[in-house]
Amino acid sequence: MKKLFFKPESLTDTDHKYCSGCGHGIVHRLVAEVIDELGIREKTIGIAPVGCAVFAYDYWNFDVTEASHGRPPAVATGIKRFLPDRVVFTYQGDGDLAAIGMAETIHAANRGENITVIFINNAIYGMTTGQMAPTSLLGMKTTTSPFGRDAKLAGYPIRVGELLATLEGTTYLARCAVDSAKHVLEAKKAIKKAFEVQLAEKGYSLVEILSQCPPNWKMSVPESLEYVRKEMMTQFPLGVIKDKTKV
Amino acid sequence: MREELIIAGFGGQGIMFTGTLLSQAAMIEGKFVTYFPSYGAEVRGGTANCSVTIADTIIGSPVITSPDSLIILNKPSLDKFSPRLKKGGLLVLNSTLIEDEIKESNRQVVHIPATDIAEKIGQIKVANIVALGKYLAIRKIVSQESIFQALEALLTGKKKELLELNRKALAAGFEYQ
Amino acid sequence: MKKLMKGNEALGEGAIQAGCGAYFGYPITPQNELTEYMSRRMLEEKRVFIQSESELAAINMVFGASVAGARAMTSSSSPGVSLKQEGLSYMAGCELPGLVVNVQRGGPGLGNISGSQADYFQAVKGGGHGDYHLIVLTPGSVQEMYEMPALAFTLSEKYRTPAMILTDGILAQMQEPMEQVKIDSSRAGDRDWILDGCKGREPRKIRSLLMEEGALEAHNLHLQAKYDMIRKQEQRYQLINEQAEIMLVAYGISARVCYTAMQEANKKGSQIGLLRPLTVWPFPEKILQELAPKIKAFLVIELNAGQMIEDVKLAVNGKTPVHFYGRSGGGCVTPGEILREIEKI
Repeated sequence: MKKLFFKPESLTDTDHKYCSGCGHGIVHRLVAEVIDELGIREKTIGIAPVGCAVFAYDYWNFDVTEASHGRPPAVATGIKRFLPDRVVFTYQGDGDLAAIGMAETIHAANRGENITVIFINNAIYGMTTGQMAPTSLLGMKTTTSPFGRDAKLAGYPIRVGELLATLEGTTYLARCAVDSAKHVLEAKKAIKKAFEVQLAEKGYSLVEILSQCPPNWKMSVPESLEYVRKEMMTQFPLGVIKDKTKV
Repeated sequence: MREELIIAGFGGQGIMFTGTLLSQAAMIEGKFVTYFPSYGAEVRGGTANCSVTIADTIIGSPVITSPDSLIILNKPSLDKFSPRLKKGGLLVLNSTLIEDEIKESNRQVVHIPATDIAEKIGQIKVANIVALGKYLAIRKIVSQESIFQALEALLTGKKKELLELNRKALAAGFEYQ
Repeated sequence: MKKLMKGNEALGEGAIQAGCGAYFGYPITPQNELTEYMSRRMLEEKRVFIQSESELAAINMVFGASVAGARAMTSSSSPGVSLKQEGLSYMAGCELPGLVVNVQRGGPGLGNISGSQADYFQAVKGGGHGDYHLIVLTPGSVQEMYEMPALAFTLSEKYRTPAMILTDGILAQMQEPMEQVKIDSSRAGDRDWILDGCKGREPRKIRSLLMEEGALEAHNLHLQAKYDMIRKQEQRYQLINEQAEIMLVAYGISARVCYTAMQEANKKGSQIGLLRPLTVWPFPEKILQELAPKIKAFLVIELNAGQMIEDVKLAVNGKTPVHFYGRSGGGCVTPGEILREIEKI
């Protein structure tokens, strides 16, 4: 009998600690599959963030370091500049990338660092149990916006891809989701493209992935998927935001 | 032997170069020397100064509290540093830019129209070097030969064309009576 | 042949000769000449140089380059070094080597740009969060500014912990003749932890998050055992006039002022000595313990309101009086002031 489903070599046997319905596990696997398919496992160095994905180093079967909150782009810069022939990527959530680490994010992008960024946007701080994120939608109730996010008080949800698109240093920027099989396949394609951009030494690539956080959104898994489709995708439209390789 | 000298003037008058040049000459002679400049925002738009200590033994701090000598190229620097000069100390001042006729019973004051002399040589920017020449003629802390050698060591590459001008300025300072 | 060199630049050249492979920095007075020097020389040597967007980014770039196996460094001055404390704590936790230079200026806050020694506590007591120490070296001349980066890198690699060169605006800005002696650039310590891709080996991870029960305590015990070994093996100092009645204790620029004061006092018949720590962590407590019974008094001189004196007192442990004189806020002590303090004892 032909084996149709198997674990990528780039994933370890460690059980994930993610909540049911969480998108992290899916994206971890997509990254692992892409790394396997590109045959780059033995020259890849990943950078885990502070946030729910902090344990990513236990789940990936290649070299991984942890970075302090928001600093993965700076750590990636240090690694990649010293070892330019290795594949270096960061895996960051919305708080890590777009709040505390926004300066590092923008400047790494602006320098055109030849790195890949996998950005999980679930519009909430998961690890600290449900506080408002820079990408939380207006009106969204969180433990630190109990009356719903109010623009007067807390500003607006940041569209990271569009923001970075204005920088000349960025090469490939895309936004995907993992709410459906179709979108998962598209996300994998985008992740693969992002790594290919790096392998071709074409510069900075980022894939933003809209993900669901059922427990902190206080929703069932189906409800959370519906929220991604109806609300998140309205604020954060899917698609390729910038692709300089096609110019 | 130990000589503590502060050189001061406007930014752009070549204060730092004068100090470095003298330090270089002292090093050529195998003497101990430290050079400490004013720096950062302290210098912006205002006065610049540097401290040079030359000795025949190890030098502790490069910071000079009461100098043995002063080379002063403008009036604000005179007001700032003159009170700190030691009794019996030497004050060389640029009389082109400092009109005060200063005579002191317990300190040696030497007026030299350094900017005028520099202008006659062809470039007012070497007033600093003229004043240094005068200072060295009195204090002989390094030999004339060493200071010319130091000039050659510092003015290299594109700056080499400034060598002759600086030599002339030094000579004019040495000879001024 | 001797060369007239600025402290900042001597430090940069010393780091380059020591094989520094990556430098990351952000402008701040009075260390700018160091960043400027590296921006030119590192590229000439085909090594990594980046002017980072902040001191935070710079130390995290050092973290990354160190993870990848580089001799990596950053430099800053007091306010910027405060920003680097986060990264230093993570590096200590992850057991990463690396070099941070602090050209101290007056504080607290933005302070001023004059030389100072007010960051002593921050440098030797940890500085960031958690139970850790940096190895802290204190040069006292332009020559030592040139030679100390190699030692800092070596110790940092040997013990896999970040090192700091703690200097000040005066030493960094001054020029004096120095000999460009040959520097040993060979790497120290094991390299079996570096992340450079898992080809031909098991994947590695570098982290300071240890959530498993008891794991963090075990890690801390391991770190403390390492620090104890550093305390035993790496105390460094210079001692002048061991037979003195009064021993001045000072490092860096203060030690230079003390040297002048000592000479002047001894010319007049006094018996003054000078103990100059070359490492302030580990603190040279052994020599202080040895000296304590033989000395009438210690006089600690610092450009702060009294920080290193605490370590001197801990080492002397009440056996001998320990006096203090210092100036803060960018003021520099003078030989005359020290002579007056000596006379008071």
